[in-house]
Amino acid sequence: MTEKFISIEGIAKRYPGADGGKIAVFENLWLSMVRGEFICVIGHSGCGKTTVLNILAGLDEPSDGTVIVDGQAIGGTSLDRAVIFQSHALLPWRTVLGNVAYAVTSKWRSWDRARVKAHAQSFIDLVGLTGAEHKRPSELSGGMKQRVGIARALSITPKIMLMDEPFSALDALTRGTLQDEVRRICLETGQTAFMITHDVDEAIYLADRIFLMTNGPGAVLAEIVENPLPKDRGRFDLHRHPLYYAVRNHVVDFLVSRSKSFAAEVPAHDPRNLPVVRIGRPDLVIASVSEAMHEESKQPSCPGQAQA
Amino acid sequence: MTTTSLRFRAAIVSVALFLAFIGIWHLATRGTASVAIMSPEYAKLMGATATQGKSAMPGPSDVGAKLWEHLKRPFYDNGPNDKGLGIQLGYSIARVGLGYLLAVMVAIPLGFLIGMSPLISKALDPFIQVLKPISPLAWMPLALYTIKDSGISAIFVIFICSVWPMLLNTAFGVAGVRKEWINVARTLEVGTLRRAFTVILPAAAPTILTGMRISIGIAWLVIVAAEMLVGGTGIGYFVWNEWNNLSITNVIIAILLIGVVGMLLDQVLARFTRMVAFPE
Repeated sequence: MTEKFISIEGIAKRYPGADGGKIAVFENLWLSMVRGEFICVIGHSGCGKTTVLNILAGLDEPSDGTVIVDGQAIGGTSLDRAVIFQSHALLPWRTVLGNVAYAVTSKWRSWDRARVKAHAQSFIDLVGLTGAEHKRPSELSGGMKQRVGIARALSITPKIMLMDEPFSALDALTRGTLQDEVRRICLETGQTAFMITHDVDEAIYLADRIFLMTNGPGAVLAEIVENPLPKDRGRFDLHRHPLYYAVRNHVVDFLVSRSKSFAAEVPAHDPRNLPVVRIGRPDLVIASVSEAMHEESKQPSCPGQAQA
Repeated sequence: MTTTSLRFRAAIVSVALFLAFIGIWHLATRGTASVAIMSPEYAKLMGATATQGKSAMPGPSDVGAKLWEHLKRPFYDNGPNDKGLGIQLGYSIARVGLGYLLAVMVAIPLGFLIGMSPLISKALDPFIQVLKPISPLAWMPLALYTIKDSGISAIFVIFICSVWPMLLNTAFGVAGVRKEWINVARTLEVGTLRRAFTVILPAAAPTILTGMRISIGIAWLVIVAAEMLVGGTGIGYFVWNEWNNLSITNVIIAILLIGVVGMLLDQVLARFTRMVAFPE
């Protein structure tokens, strides 16, 4: 097992500007993850978070740099990297089962109908949609549609799940339930997950590490916030944890003010060695990425790591 | 409950309108003209209009009686200029069907290509823009000269008139498939051919069928005019032939049947459209 399961190495995305020049959404962006880890990238709209995810998914190509997954540079999309789309992106002419089965047959082309159906059914059951297999997406609520999206992504047993603000279109109650589901499934299966969000509480509840991204154009990953909350945190007593508000305030402060002023305040920012913020451990407030990686490899942060 | 009662009320209004129309028609075509005094020998040469004051325009009862006669024997064949209406309609439907099928076979694959490739789309655009507004009948002399067979020329004219709406709708539907559905197929590593059949075709199908529905309507409009030109068989030829025979009754019957068949063709396509439609 390589220490860095996913490594984004110096990627950039530039678009042609109006005056003939290039506008960089972000330049020289580095990010790495270990197996079984759940990370969130949080930042304002338009900072390029979705572009990072699309590059990681292979749907978009970086203008510069490479992405390495499991020791190999990626070239395009892959069944190893499943995407949960913000807009759920279900095929409306297929039933729930049909949508999941489409993904299953795409991965295992030689499987017969019964096997595909059984496999798809098991993931429909996993996301709690038993009984709705033969409904079409138009007959489902927003939350149920996104559950199908999750089932479809999981059904191909990907190495990593990429989630692009998957719950942002849902009401608060449904969002909470689905966050629980995603967290449960990721913990049970040891899934590596990369999530884009702009919801601070979602990030704190789900992520092992939170990457803070500044505003674009020319956005950078500013720092990594290690989540000090225990692995067995629950959504309902989350806010009672002594460090919860410290983390939350740190992230909110960043989003409110520092995301705009970061570039001016920290001119010597090294995108390869992001500062790691460890709230509640004053001795270790700032450390370099390499140290953080080292530490994590010593004490697995997710049960999935042991399985992998 | 309310829908059935609405439907019922609409039916009553429809029937009332129909009866009013028949009534006015009947009154308008009653024999009111003055009867000229003429010798019996001369009267034998004259039609009922001159001798009995009967209107030259047939009344609803004339048309009804004649229609019944036709419906009783739709498939008789007494030689080139005297065939049953079923046979004439059959010729027209067969021509439309053949030309239309050829158009489907060309327009849908080509439309797919145009929709998927911006290069092909831009390259073919000037040709389509110029060819599309040409009246299909303008092709007729060229078709007759090159094909040398009037029947096949009529089929060609149907082909050329039904190809454009299908082509443009297919291209539009294919180009407009939601990016996220394409992305789903891409993340699942679905190959180009499978993607075309499992994502693009079902997504574009309602738009394609709309084009096909427009096309069948145009094809049915054009076949009547085309058959008037090429002659021989078909409902269009029948209309023209009966005009030459001065049988207004038969012309009216033909007009009625053209309308009914056109409606049926449209309904068939509408049913197909409903089959491929999906709610979002």
